[in-house]
Amino acid sequence: MKPAPFEYHAPTTLDDALSLLTEHGYDAKVLAGGQSLVPMMNFRIAQPAVLIDINNIPDLAYINAEEGGVRVGAMTRHHQSEISPIMAQHAPLIYSTMPKIAYPQVRTRGTFGGSLSHADPAAELPTLTTTLDAKFRLVSQRGERWVPASEFFLGLYTTALEPDEILAEGFVPELPPRSGWSLQEVNRRKHDFALAGVAATVTLDENDVCQNARLVFLSVGDRPMYAERASTLLQGQALTSEAIRAAAELASSEEIDPGDDIHATADFRRHLANVLCKRALEQARQRAQGQK
Amino acid sequence: MATLDHNDKKVIGKRVVRNEDPRLLTGQAQYVDDVDLPGMAHAAMFRSEYAHARILSLDVSKARAYPGVLAVFTADDMGADCYPGPPLVSPPPTVKDVVFNSRRQVPLVKEKVRHAGEVIAVVVAETRYIAEDAADLIDIEYEPLPVVADIEQALEADSPLVHDDLDSNLAAQLIQTKGDYEAARKSADVLIRRRFTIERGTAAAMENRGIVAQWDAKSESLTVWDTTQAPIPIRNGLAARLGLSESKVRVIAPFIGGGFGPKIMMFYSEEMLVPWLAIKLNRPVKWIEDRRENFYATTQERGQVHDVEMAFTRDGKILGIKDDFIHDTGAYDPYGLTTPLNTQSHVMGGYDIKNFTSEFKVAFTNKTIVTPMRGAGRPHGVYVIERMMDIAAKELGIDRVEIRRRNLIQPDAFPYEHGIIDQAFAPLIFDSGNYQAALDETLKAIGYEKFVKEEQPRYRAEGRRVGIGVLPFIETTGVGPYEGARVTVEANGKIAVATGVGTQGQGHFTSFAQIVAEQVGVDVTDVRITTGDSAHFNWGTGTFASRGAVVAGNAMHAAAVMVRKKIFKLASKVLNAPEEELELENGVVRVADIPQSSISLKDLAVLANPLRGAVEPGTEPGLEATAYYGPQYGPTAFGVHAMIAEIDPETMMIKILRYVVTEDCGTILNPLILEGQVHGGVALGLGNAYYEKLHFDENAQLLNASFMDYLLVGSTEMPRIDVRHLETRSPLNELGTKGAGEAGAIPVPALFAQTMEDALYDYNFEIRETPLNPNRLFEIVREEKTT
Repeated sequence: MKPAPFEYHAPTTLDDALSLLTEHGYDAKVLAGGQSLVPMMNFRIAQPAVLIDINNIPDLAYINAEEGGVRVGAMTRHHQSEISPIMAQHAPLIYSTMPKIAYPQVRTRGTFGGSLSHADPAAELPTLTTTLDAKFRLVSQRGERWVPASEFFLGLYTTALEPDEILAEGFVPELPPRSGWSLQEVNRRKHDFALAGVAATVTLDENDVCQNARLVFLSVGDRPMYAERASTLLQGQALTSEAIRAAAELASSEEIDPGDDIHATADFRRHLANVLCKRALEQARQRAQGQK
Repeated sequence: MATLDHNDKKVIGKRVVRNEDPRLLTGQAQYVDDVDLPGMAHAAMFRSEYAHARILSLDVSKARAYPGVLAVFTADDMGADCYPGPPLVSPPPTVKDVVFNSRRQVPLVKEKVRHAGEVIAVVVAETRYIAEDAADLIDIEYEPLPVVADIEQALEADSPLVHDDLDSNLAAQLIQTKGDYEAARKSADVLIRRRFTIERGTAAAMENRGIVAQWDAKSESLTVWDTTQAPIPIRNGLAARLGLSESKVRVIAPFIGGGFGPKIMMFYSEEMLVPWLAIKLNRPVKWIEDRRENFYATTQERGQVHDVEMAFTRDGKILGIKDDFIHDTGAYDPYGLTTPLNTQSHVMGGYDIKNFTSEFKVAFTNKTIVTPMRGAGRPHGVYVIERMMDIAAKELGIDRVEIRRRNLIQPDAFPYEHGIIDQAFAPLIFDSGNYQAALDETLKAIGYEKFVKEEQPRYRAEGRRVGIGVLPFIETTGVGPYEGARVTVEANGKIAVATGVGTQGQGHFTSFAQIVAEQVGVDVTDVRITTGDSAHFNWGTGTFASRGAVVAGNAMHAAAVMVRKKIFKLASKVLNAPEEELELENGVVRVADIPQSSISLKDLAVLANPLRGAVEPGTEPGLEATAYYGPQYGPTAFGVHAMIAEIDPETMMIKILRYVVTEDCGTILNPLILEGQVHGGVALGLGNAYYEKLHFDENAQLLNASFMDYLLVGSTEMPRIDVRHLETRSPLNELGTKGAGEAGAIPVPALFAQTMEDALYDYNFEIRETPLNPNRLFEIVREEKTT
């Protein structure tokens, strides 16, 4: 379990990093927190010829409150999000989920941008950012562009990032008033990737009628699985248990694509998705109703 | 004089904090990987990708040419040195009609690989990194062969063969009987038949295996640091293999991060290779197993399939049991029949069963070798009998606790002789016990009555599925052949103790020190223990079978008693007072009632080893003694575990609310250490019940060879455990000790199954397999509902 030989660069500016990335393209990998990449290299599953370590670049780690949301720097460690009052106030879904991501050692090193760029469909941040309709700023020597989360995650470990691009930061919009949120997942052990999970947000009007809902599943497809039809189904409805059941049924039977592995069958994952979806919507509804 | 009065112990039985902890906690303890020698080279193993394949061609030339590589060896290069290691446990017992086909692993495989991860070549380089890079350059061509992945299919007539020179994959077969089961079943009111499957797991010690070997050509001596649980047998075996005198081979088993059984296997390929390489290259060589290798190359355990029948009377009295099972030994069987014999020894549990018959067949498969792992066949036996007791309780309409109470061996029935043999081929005799008392203590501690009558109905009314489980287990422990110890009062007044057993976290530096301090009258911290270094003590077998406290402990006690006698004899002469009037405390011998007439152990030790002066004939120098202890048969510990757990019937996720263990392992040396052993055992048991399973596919490829996918139980999964102690002394040894090293793991899968069935009371299902997981529980519950 030693990595294959590789060339190592530790640039101290983003420009230098982008220049190296332009030079090496597909042969290079960007090292952020290293919580997925380094084990994969030690298993020799990943054998990048060039490693560009961006840990020495200052000013890539921040959590800033802005008009309508939160701006999060790529190198923000999970632990910083976990204890951030700004995150707690403006992105409570992310804040409250942070303790469920792996264990403290991983959260101390793992980063916001690293998790998103790695795009593991079982990871929480891709699902949460998709649920909250976040967007990401991708930079390269060619310039920069903003890509919404819904267009960023393209498949298993596959994103919209071009080989010369780095995800520099994300913008997470704040939920409107009278919104509720929930993340439900089933983990074998406390720190494991979930067998299945779902994030839900709902926004209610003054009569508790659902104005907007978003349901995004994790670990039941090759990317965060946005259940658009089930989400739309809830709009204009009171979130009764029948309405919730119908949405969960639709989402879990038609809008996810779980696979079999040693930890769970597709069938069980579908069952869990259904159960968790109901629980998530129930909790999100209660939270929304709890607000003025 | 120095008899050990049960009620008058000063040090033994006290909650003494561990002598070794400061070194361990501050990173000062030496592990094998800490050994760093000048000029040391590093080895990497080139392992088989296939579980079963013929090697058509092997070309290591590119690896040899890689910069930084010192050598690459294949079986052809090793030539005549590439023969199997000695069998660890042989010959098989002299039971009628026993079959045993011994097939042992070699350092490097030549023509055919028999499990994924077998070593085909070894690369030695300046660094481990280079060695691994070079290993990637080895060209090999395989012819994949049909794979033997399933233990039942392994024994079918048309199965492919793991060993082509045998007619079948039958490694061993043995029948043991007691009484007349056929007659018992004819007189039964009820016969219950079931099939149980138990899957493989791994011990996953925190420290993987590792070996460093150093050859000194000038003195022709070899020093080996090895993560072995059996340093003395390794030394003897290495000397024999390498043609060296035993006195020229020193094996050191330093601090080891967990053993759990797999670290006593003779000989691992790497254990044969690394010392050979050090001599061949005349350079120190280090090999440290990585976690991925550990999943393929370190031995595993648990795979069995049981077909059981039990005969009961209407009122729940057991008339007899018939248990036929298949045991998976993997690709080779170096460890003989220990594990399946242990299963047979435990399938009657702690119950008074007069009629018994059990046949086991051991199957070769294309999987990693099986040798004993903490529990070592015992959890299988306990799983089978306790599941059957639960099923019988339901079928007969008798309370689960009551049916057990009716069958437990009574306190006046000891020693209870079974008339079969145990893992050490000794008669299976339960030496002592008070099983009813342990059951009562556990029921009281978990609040059984109150839970069943008040709490559970309340939970059920709220729609919560909360269940309780209670069940007993036995653990045969402390088997022979022997261990020894040497106790010395040194001239500085400290006590030096050496024993041949190795230590892997059991607290030996404290519990052994307590045994000696009890006799020699010093503080526990003044007793310095050396374990597992053949330069300090070179007789012994090793740390296994829950035997350290029993076998090495009693050897140490015997040596300490002899030293105490020497102390009194010399002090009597020096202080001019009869021995009966002497007291020994705090490192000082004094004459009772004349406190000023005293001498310290330090001064006595100097007097016992004078530089000048005439001595009497027959005098031995020093205050030192060596003693050995070998039991005729081992003592049997007993315990009861109870659990209250909640399960979410929609997700099948569990939460353990309460966990109680009553452990009776005879005289307790140190309750802190004992409780630590129990906690660790329960953690493994919970893994075997609900988390830990090695997933092999139909090609015997391991699908979860990492801690991401092999779900080792962590602190977040562990419940708080309430450990209760009973002390039914063993009459077999002076200390009255029984072993406890494996106890915690043994009953947990059976207890977990019982608790789940109780929690999901409104579903009609039965658990007949372990380990479970949420998905499997979901399927079992659903299957039963639809049938």
